[in-house]
Amino acid sequence: MSDPRFGDDPPEPERYELREGPAYRFEVDRREFVKLLGTGLVVWLAAEPAPAQESGRVTRGDGTPQEIAAWLHIAEDGTVTVYTGKVEFGQDIRTSLAQAVADELRAPFERVRLVMGDTDLTPFDMGTFGSRTTPYMASQLRKVAAAAREALAGMAAEAWKVPPATLRIAQGRVSDPASGRSAGFGELTGGRKLVRQAEDAPTTPPAEWTIAGRSVPKVNARDMVTGAHRYTSDLTRPGLWHGKVLRPPSVGGTLVSVDEAAARAAGATVVRDGTFVGVAAPTVPGARRALAQLQARWKAGAAEPSSAEIYDHFKKTPPEAADRDDRPTTVQETGSVSTALAAAAHRLQQAYTVAYIAHAPLEPRAAVAEWNEGRLTVWTGTQRPFGVRRELAEAFRLPEDKVRVIVPDTGSGYGGKHSGETAIEAARLARAAARPVKVVWTREEEFAWAYFRPAGVIEITSGAAADGRLAAWEYHNWNAGAAAIRTPYEVANQRIQFHPARSPLRQGSYRGLAATANHFAREVHMDELARAARVDPVDLRRRNLQDARMRAVLDAAADRFGWGRARAAPNRGHGVAAGTEKGSYVAACAEVAVDRVTGAVRVLRLVAAFECGAIVNPDHLLNQVEGSLVQGLGGALFEEIRFEKNEVTSDRFSRYRVPRFSDVPVLDVVLLDRKDLPSAGAGETPIVAVAPAVASAIFDATNVRLRSLPLVPNGLKA
Amino acid sequence: MATVELTVNGKPHRLEVEPEETLLGALRDRLGLTGAKYGCGEGQCGACTVLVEGRATRSCQTRAAAATGAAITTIEGLAPDGRLHPIQEAFIAAGALQCGYCTPGMILGAASLLARNPEATEAEIARGLEGHICRCGTYPRIVRAVRQAARTLKAT
Repeated sequence: MSDPRFGDDPPEPERYELREGPAYRFEVDRREFVKLLGTGLVVWLAAEPAPAQESGRVTRGDGTPQEIAAWLHIAEDGTVTVYTGKVEFGQDIRTSLAQAVADELRAPFERVRLVMGDTDLTPFDMGTFGSRTTPYMASQLRKVAAAAREALAGMAAEAWKVPPATLRIAQGRVSDPASGRSAGFGELTGGRKLVRQAEDAPTTPPAEWTIAGRSVPKVNARDMVTGAHRYTSDLTRPGLWHGKVLRPPSVGGTLVSVDEAAARAAGATVVRDGTFVGVAAPTVPGARRALAQLQARWKAGAAEPSSAEIYDHFKKTPPEAADRDDRPTTVQETGSVSTALAAAAHRLQQAYTVAYIAHAPLEPRAAVAEWNEGRLTVWTGTQRPFGVRRELAEAFRLPEDKVRVIVPDTGSGYGGKHSGETAIEAARLARAAARPVKVVWTREEEFAWAYFRPAGVIEITSGAAADGRLAAWEYHNWNAGAAAIRTPYEVANQRIQFHPARSPLRQGSYRGLAATANHFAREVHMDELARAARVDPVDLRRRNLQDARMRAVLDAAADRFGWGRARAAPNRGHGVAAGTEKGSYVAACAEVAVDRVTGAVRVLRLVAAFECGAIVNPDHLLNQVEGSLVQGLGGALFEEIRFEKNEVTSDRFSRYRVPRFSDVPVLDVVLLDRKDLPSAGAGETPIVAVAPAVASAIFDATNVRLRSLPLVPNGLKA
Repeated sequence: MATVELTVNGKPHRLEVEPEETLLGALRDRLGLTGAKYGCGEGQCGACTVLVEGRATRSCQTRAAAATGAAITTIEGLAPDGRLHPIQEAFIAAGALQCGYCTPGMILGAASLLARNPEATEAEIARGLEGHICRCGTYPRIVRAVRQAARTLKAT
């Protein structure tokens, strides 16, 4: 079944991306939100049916209530307010979505304001993940803005008795060149309250954009450099207390008993409810003390494999649940791999591993919860405000319309803030304390009790002709995930399988998901094949690629890097990798230096070419690409969650190394702007090429082939 | 509870704090100055950085009581009359932030660095700010911003 928004290229199903729809969707009473707004014009767009992969349990048929995808309001003073369920985590979509609306509406950028991620005010949204904001939300908002623009032109035409086509619309005004009459958007609404539904109208093609396509500065940067912006962890409420939650000493531990007397005697609120034990007190030190005063006895959980044993474990241990999603999946099966292998001039078989890594967003999980006459309001930094509303409604057995989730612009997430546990913790404590309660996780809690990017094992068997053209490709991925599991190279005979496994640690979404693991294995394997066939690694890829967009980024990166023009100096090496995911394309060339005495590996230079269709904001795109490359260096070189005896031992920044200033190489990014193509999301895909390019550069420098991420957590051992 | 006297952004405050209360906690929860952030609680990330007598200090590693009498500057005090400090201006101009959570600590770290070394090179800036983490990875932009701020400060 093809969804109109995805055409023939639906997104790869990804089991670790939480994308299930809500259990219930109540009809949005459109009068409700219109009531909240003053006079002026309201334009709303009906939601298209959700695509099959993410529709969850709800199926829509005729007669079901029509849901709203987006709406905007133009006030009498010309202020445009856009309502979207998307959230701002540093991707700068508060800026880019306002650019799209201002551009389509022909309004001054400064007059457009976004209300984001507030379940009472904004339309339902699945969540901010999967690089979907730019391709889907921006185009929906453009439709709303186009409808508003046409409605305003219609009003002016009617008032002035002229054909709408003769009117000019610019800078928030409609004008009639013939008569010289002109009126601002707000004036045209004439003190009335008008509501229109947007039809699926054509929107402005990228080549004609005037406000989109430019490097408009970040809208709320001033509040961030002055400390004025309030993140969730900065919020306070009258009478607020602070909460702490009791965690087991190790993964799988269950509570046997807890003595709450001392904490209660000290004046703290203590909650023991099912598996939850938490405290609330007037101050943070008071809450910490109360937590320490709980005398808890625990029963250890079943022994889990350590980080050193995890890869064997994955291959031997299918998931416990007999869920349909937990069976091995053959993603691709064409031709005969065994026949092609038998005839191949070059045959290679290798295994690659990827460790669990943490998102470590600098703002830890945080929530402020407040109950008011049976209604619950929670401020929390989540990428899924509506998903967290549902989690709260289920936890407290409330209808969803009694729960409001508000997401202040948040101190990053990278896929790590999909879940609502902190919101539930704060709400449970607030109910018991009968006052607002704030819960902010410590860094140690983040490292031990959040979820991780899945670890995994990937085995590849390939066969190629003497000139390096691929003939056979057999690919098995245990647990890492299915995103970008298909090869973009032309291979007649393929078998690609994903094998779920039981994960001892909580795992979930992460920037780029499994695309990083799959690109690491595939692109390092391509480098190994190039060496075996004695073909230049860039040429080998060209020989096997037909995808013109991927060839374009590969050529652009190689050209900017000066690939092949000079050999690397002694103890230095060059490596290349390319890939595609979520509709965008990346290639990267790395230069590394290896100190033979200390084993230290430094990435000196990282050149990347990136293409995501029409560019919405060149500087913010560059910022995302650079940030993605830097974050990718951490997972490539040294980031890894270590655990043994059911305990995460890398549970703080002094034990879990993330990239710092000194780790950053010279970054050189080439952006390819394709105004003839729709914009794709850009925050995730640039990360996928970093690790394989660096691994291949290390091989080029040393002849040491590294097939495990992280590559050099302790330097390069001799 | 203990009484401490803190001078924050030029204003004296007399506070009742718990003995183990950190300067970070006192600034945030008692004075409502939330520009200094919690990031790690072990002095590894720099998000909690404030200036104590002009020097970058990890407020999560400092007892509130230990700061008695010292002049403390938080990010809220860097642009007191609404006019941005050149480092703040430079961060905006260079687009040297994404989520912004590390930004106040980064800016105060840079202010301390430039006070001691007004002509810091890009390499010196990177080395001086090594104790600050930006998980969004805007490091090269931060270095450029601080270098630009150094030039602006020199010219004024």
